[in-house]
Amino acid sequence: MLTITLAIFIPFLAALFVPSIYKWKPDKIGWFILIIPLVLFISLVRFIPRVAGGETISHTFDWIPSANIYFTTYLDGLSLIFGLLITGVGSLVILYSIYYLTARESLSHFYVYLLMFMGAMLGVVFSDNMMVLYVFWELTSISSFLLIAFWYHRKQSRYGAQKSMLITVSGGVAMLAGFIMLYAMTGSFSIRENIAMIGEFTNHALFVPAMILVLLGAFTKSAQFPFHIWLPDAMEAPTPVSAYLHSATMVKAGIYLVARFTGIFGGDAVWFYTVSIVGIFTLFWGSFNAVRQTDLKALLAYSTISQLGLVMSLFGLGSAALHEGYSDQSVLYAQATFAALFHLINHSTFKGALFMVVGIVDLNAGTRDVRRLGGLMALMPVTFTIALIGSFSMAGLPPFNGFLSKEMFFEAMLTVRHLEFFSIGSWGILFPILAWVGSIFTFVYSMIIVFQTFFGAHQPERLDREAHEAPMGMLIAPSILGLLVVAVFFFPNVVGDYLLRPAMSAIYPSLPNIAGAMKSIKIWHGPNLALWMTVGVVVIGFLLYASLKYWRSMYKVGPFRWGLDSVYNGALSMMERSSTVLTNRYMTGYLRHYLIYIFGIFLILTAGTLVLVGGVPFDFSNDSSITVNEYILVFGMMVAGVLMIFVSSRVTAILLNGVLGYSIALFFVIFRAPDLALTQIVIETVTTALFLLCFYFLPEVKKERVKRPAKIVNLLIAISVGTLVTVIALAVQGSNMFDSISIYFENAYELTGGKNIVNTILGDFRAFDTMLEVVVLFIAGIGVYTLVKLKSRKEGRDVED
Amino acid sequence: METLITILAGVLVTVAVYLLLSRSIIRIILGSAVLSHAVHLLLMVMGGLKKGSVPLLGEVSDRYTDALPQALILTAIVISFAVTAFLLVLAYRTYQETGSDDLREMRGFTDE
Amino acid sequence: MKINDVILRTITKLVVFIILTFGVELFLAGHNDPGGGFIGGLVLSSALVLLFLVYDIETVQKGIPVDFKKVAAVGVLFAVGTGLGAVAFGAEFLTQTFEVFHLPVFGDTELATVLLFEVGVALTVVGTVVTIILSISEDV
Repeated sequence: MLTITLAIFIPFLAALFVPSIYKWKPDKIGWFILIIPLVLFISLVRFIPRVAGGETISHTFDWIPSANIYFTTYLDGLSLIFGLLITGVGSLVILYSIYYLTARESLSHFYVYLLMFMGAMLGVVFSDNMMVLYVFWELTSISSFLLIAFWYHRKQSRYGAQKSMLITVSGGVAMLAGFIMLYAMTGSFSIRENIAMIGEFTNHALFVPAMILVLLGAFTKSAQFPFHIWLPDAMEAPTPVSAYLHSATMVKAGIYLVARFTGIFGGDAVWFYTVSIVGIFTLFWGSFNAVRQTDLKALLAYSTISQLGLVMSLFGLGSAALHEGYSDQSVLYAQATFAALFHLINHSTFKGALFMVVGIVDLNAGTRDVRRLGGLMALMPVTFTIALIGSFSMAGLPPFNGFLSKEMFFEAMLTVRHLEFFSIGSWGILFPILAWVGSIFTFVYSMIIVFQTFFGAHQPERLDREAHEAPMGMLIAPSILGLLVVAVFFFPNVVGDYLLRPAMSAIYPSLPNIAGAMKSIKIWHGPNLALWMTVGVVVIGFLLYASLKYWRSMYKVGPFRWGLDSVYNGALSMMERSSTVLTNRYMTGYLRHYLIYIFGIFLILTAGTLVLVGGVPFDFSNDSSITVNEYILVFGMMVAGVLMIFVSSRVTAILLNGVLGYSIALFFVIFRAPDLALTQIVIETVTTALFLLCFYFLPEVKKERVKRPAKIVNLLIAISVGTLVTVIALAVQGSNMFDSISIYFENAYELTGGKNIVNTILGDFRAFDTMLEVVVLFIAGIGVYTLVKLKSRKEGRDVED
Repeated sequence: METLITILAGVLVTVAVYLLLSRSIIRIILGSAVLSHAVHLLLMVMGGLKKGSVPLLGEVSDRYTDALPQALILTAIVISFAVTAFLLVLAYRTYQETGSDDLREMRGFTDE
Repeated sequence: MKINDVILRTITKLVVFIILTFGVELFLAGHNDPGGGFIGGLVLSSALVLLFLVYDIETVQKGIPVDFKKVAAVGVLFAVGTGLGAVAFGAEFLTQTFEVFHLPVFGDTELATVLLFEVGVALTVVGTVVTIILSISEDV
C-alpha cells in the first residue's frame, strides 16, 4: 500500500508550499497547515480495523539497492499507535498554535519546521529499513534543533538548541554504529528480517555492543538518565513545540526504538537490566528534581523525563517475556509491555493538555513562575478544569486514565519479585520501592501545578499582565485532550482492544498468542497490593506537599546542587578550549607550513612504501631514441626552470614560464599529440597575456628575504619531492602491472562515429569529466569576475556584523 | 627518451615545490604553473612516447599513440589555466587591499 | 590607454577574421581531426582578446554587444542540457549518439549529438576567457 509511504512525504511536500501560502494569507496560514495532520490522522484511523484484525501493511521501493537499502514502510500495531499520536497530537498542537503565536512571529518558518518534523517522525515509525529509519531519526533531531532555536535572538534558546542537538545527534550516531553492527551480523538492514534471524546470533561478539549502541540512541532521544539534561533546556521552544516534540512525540522515538528492537534484543539479560534500571532510576530522578522547579515548564520537563523513565522501565521488564518462549510467566511479564503502551498513550493526552495549560497561563498571566502565580481559579475556570484533570491523571488518581496505567505499572513492578532468571535475587524488591518513591514525588509536583497556580492568594501586582481566560479557540485543543483523559478511564478496553493488542503482537512477533492473553483493563480490580500502594502515595504525597516549605531547602545541599548540567558545560568548554589550542598549534595560517605537511606526508608515505616493498624495478630497455634537438629542448627547459628560482624581474619570470610552456607545446608535437600542441600554444599565449596584465599592477618580485636555514629546509624538501616523483615515475614505467585500457578507445569510430580518439574520449566516453571541467572553468570565470567587482561594495558595512 | 623526460619532470617539480614554499605570492603562482607543466609531461610519459602514430583513426596505422593521457592532459591544461587565472586575480586583489604580496606581511607581521 | 597605430589596426581587422575562421574550422574538424570544442573556443577567444587589445573596450563592445558572462552560462547549460536530453530519450546521462544522413548538397553527412555538447564547451571557453580578461582590464 502506497498510502503509508505517501503519509511520510506529504508533510515534506506541504512544507514546500508553506512560504507561498504564507505570502498569500499570512494570518490564516495555520488553518491551511491544520488540514495536513488532520487528513493523515483520519486516513490512519481507517487502518485501525484492519490492523486490529491482525493485518500488517508494507510497501517497498528501491532506494540504494546496491547497499541493501530499500525504502520499506511497514504498518503494524506499534507503528499505528505512534502514527496516530503524531498526527492526532499534531493536529491539536497546530490548532493551538494558531492562537498561541501572533502574526508577528515568522510563522512560515515555524510551520515549515513543524511539517518537516512531522514527516520525519512518521518516517521513523513507519520505516522498516534501519538506514532509512536513521535518516529520519536525525531529521527529527535537526527539526527539533530548529524549533528550539525558534526565538534565536535569546541566548538561552540557542544554548538549549545546541545542547539538544549535541546530545541527541551523538546518540543517533552511536545508534547508526549499532545498526551497522547488526548488518555485519545478519546481512540485512530490515528490522523484520533481523527479528527473524537474530536467534542464531545471540552469542555473536557484536551482539552486546550493537545492543548498547542502539540503546544509547534511544536513551539520548528519550531523555533518560544521564542524558536527560537536554530536555529542560529544550523548554525554551515555543509551548506548542514543547507539547508536541518534547512531550508527546519526539522524545517517545527512543521508546519506540526500544519497543521495536525488543524483538531483536529482548530476552537478553543485558537488555533487561539496562533498560529497566535506567528507566526506573530516570523515573525517580526526574520526579525528585521536578519538585524543586519553580518554572512550570521546567517542572513539566522533569515530569516528562520521569514519565518516560516509567514507560522505559516497563518495556525493560516486558522484554523478559522473550527469555523462554510462551508460558504463563512470560504472559505475566508481557503485561508490563501492555501497561507501557497504555501509559504511553495516556501520557500523551494528559501531558499535552498540561503543556497547553501552562502555555495559556504564561500567555495570559505573563509568567510561568509558581511563586508569582496563584488564585487563578476564578479568573481562568476552563483552564483550571483542564489543569486539574491533567494533573490528577498524572498523579494517578481516579477517575482519570493515569490511574489505570499507574495501577498496571505497580502491578508489573511487583511481578519482578517473582522473577527467577537473570539472577536477580533479592535485589528485585528495589524496583517496586523506587517506583513507589518516584510516584510520591510525582504526586507532589502534580499538586504543585494545580494548587500553587490556581489556589491561594491572587497576586496581581506580581504579574506582568492582568490575568484573564484564554480565547475559545485556544481552549479547544486542551479540552479535547482533557476529555480523552476522562473517556479513556471509562472505556479503557476500546483502546486496549483496538490499539494495544495489535501493538503487542508487533512487539512480540515470536509469541503470536500473547496479545490475546493480556488481561483486559479493569477500572476496579479489588483491594490488592497495587491499590494499597496508590493509597500510600496519596497519603504520604499529601503530607509531603503540605510540609514542602520545610524540606525544600534540602535541594540546596551539596550533591543536589551540582548537577549533570555543570558536567556537560564543563566538558563542552574544556573540549572547545583544548581543540582551539590543538588546532592553533598546526593551523598556523601559513601556506608554507601547510605545504610542508602535505609534502612531508607524501614523502613519508610513498618513500616508506617504496622501502617496505623493497627495491624499485627500473627498466630502460623500452625507451625510444632521442635526437639531438630533443636534447637541446630538454636542456633549455631545465635551465629555464632552474633560472626561475633566481630571477628578480617579473618580466623575466613570465618569459621563462613562457619558454617552458612553448617548449612543452613542441614536445607535444614530437610526441604525436596535435590537439595538445594546439591547445597548449593558445593557452600559453592567453596565460602570458594574463600574467602581463596582472603583473602590471603587482610589485616587482623582490629578492627573497627569508633566512638561510628556512631556505635550506625549502631546498631539501623541494629536492626530495622532485627525486621521489622521478623515482616513482621511473618505477611505474619499469613495471607493467596492469593491462592498458587504451585499446578500447581504438574502436572509437565504430562506437561514436568520431575518428579523433582524444576528442571522442572527451566528448563521448568520458563526457561527464568534460562537463564537470566546463563547470569548473565557468566557476573560475565567475570567481574572477566577482573578485574584481567585489570591492565596489566594500565600503560601508562591516561583514562581521 | 622516457627516462630523460621523467628526469626533466623531476627537475621541474623540484623548482615548482621550491617556488611554492616561498613567501611571495607571485612566486607561488609561478610555482603552481610550473608544477602543472611538470605533471603534464609526466602524464605524457606514462602513455609511452613516440610509439605509434597520431591518435587519429583517419591516419591508417597499425598502432596509435595512447590517447588516454592526451585526453587527461587536455582537461588538465584548461583547468590549470582556470586556476592560474583565479590565483592571479586573487593576488592582484589582495595586493590592492593589503599593499603587500608577502604572505607573512599579509598576516600583519612587519618584516623581521 | 589608447593606442593609435594605423598599421596594427588595419592588420588586426584582417587577422581577426582569419583567426575566427580558423577557430570555427578547428571546432568543426574536431570530430575526425585535431580540433574540437576547447581549441576552437580558445582560438575564438584569442581573436576577441586581440580585438580588445588593439581597440579599446568600449569600441569593441559597441560592435559586439554581448555579455560574455552570459555566453559562458549558456555554454554550461548546453553541455549539461545535452546530457539531460539523453535522459529524456531514455538513455543514460550524457549518452551521445550519431547517425549518417544523406543531405542534398553535402552528400553523406554524419551528424552527431556530440556536436551540441562541443558547442557548449566552446561557448563556455569563449565566455570564461573573455570574462576573465575583461574584468581585469576594466578594473584599471
